[in-house]
Amino acid sequence: MNRLDNFKAGFIKENPVFALYLGLCSVLAISTTLNNAVGMGAAVIAVLVLSNVIISAMRKITPDEIRIPVYIVVIATLVKIAELLIQAYATELYVALGVFIPLIVVNCIILGRAEAFASKNTILDSAIDGIGMGLGYTVGLILISVIRQVLSSGVLNFSNPFTQQMIFEVRLIPQNFVIAMFSQPTGAFLTFAVIAAGVEYLRTRPAKKTKEVK
Amino acid sequence: MAELFTLFLTAVLINNIILSRFLGMCPFMGVSRNTSSAIGMGGAVTFVVVGASLFTYGLYHFILVPYSLQYMDLITFILVIAAFVQFTEMVIKKFSPVLYKALGIYLPLITTNCAVLFVALENIRQGFDFYEMIVYSFAVPIGFTLVLYLFSAIRERLDISDVPAPFKGNAIAMIVAAMMALAFSGLAGLV
Repeated sequence: MNRLDNFKAGFIKENPVFALYLGLCSVLAISTTLNNAVGMGAAVIAVLVLSNVIISAMRKITPDEIRIPVYIVVIATLVKIAELLIQAYATELYVALGVFIPLIVVNCIILGRAEAFASKNTILDSAIDGIGMGLGYTVGLILISVIRQVLSSGVLNFSNPFTQQMIFEVRLIPQNFVIAMFSQPTGAFLTFAVIAAGVEYLRTRPAKKTKEVK
Repeated sequence: MAELFTLFLTAVLINNIILSRFLGMCPFMGVSRNTSSAIGMGGAVTFVVVGASLFTYGLYHFILVPYSLQYMDLITFILVIAAFVQFTEMVIKKFSPVLYKALGIYLPLITTNCAVLFVALENIRQGFDFYEMIVYSFAVPIGFTLVLYLFSAIRERLDISDVPAPFKGNAIAMIVAAMMALAFSGLAGLV
């Protein structure tokens, strides 16, 4: 597999959220606003890339029997650093994401990529894989959060997480026609189910076509 | 006593770990294919959550706080949980090989079940005293087991019904979860 394919795999074919169903907890829970989604996505990309690089660098000296505890300690350390940095520099985001920042430790994507990819590949490939998978996760997260935010409040906005300055704000649906249910858990499950079915449809359709051509 | 009961009811029904906090989604999707493995999984998670909460709570208050090492909470908690899951796995393998086979890959994955780490962290964040901690650590996995059991019963029926092709499997299960979340949100009036 060349590097570009490796990078692209995380978007559709092996999209961690919709195709592999990994990291669902955080996707469903914090996808209420675009701000949360971008913040969470950035934190996950940073942790995923760094953990992939570190684990890949240590892959030859890590004993096979205790590899999982080693990975967990590496990931937990990185997440704690990320948590402290977010708390210091983007307090609003820290409050909004709450317990879901420390819970990045148990996000299946990170441990899954460490075990499935970084433990067997070179440092550069692992970093690329981390960026690809992390972006795939972030894109999925942003997609759900945009749909939910627009349907539940009618407004789409994004503000700078460090200064709270509003960058843009548009009202897409008039106040009287919003569906408040979409900010509730029910809306999260429904939005996810419909998108997952759509992705499933896209994934299975081209596969059939190429078979016919052959 | 009344406060403890309210805490219990809130954690089981109103702030249900799966339907309103979205934690423990992996086993929720993976092990909910039949009712008996749902009960087994629920039992294993309850055991791990209660055990790990006791350990982490003690560790935090008797070791981390006296030495001002609170920032190490995440790393120590996750190691305690990983060790405890390993222990549970060995116990189940010894006493119930059938259940061990049924749970399969999901047993070691309890380590990465967000519910366990969530309860350990929440006990500290909410500043629970000892009794509240015990009640909360029991209530959360009971809520988990309850919803997992109900969901698996629905899913057994879903297997024999005619579902549009792209929705087969996990997507339709999510729709079912959405309806259950709607039903459970009605219980918010209880407390």
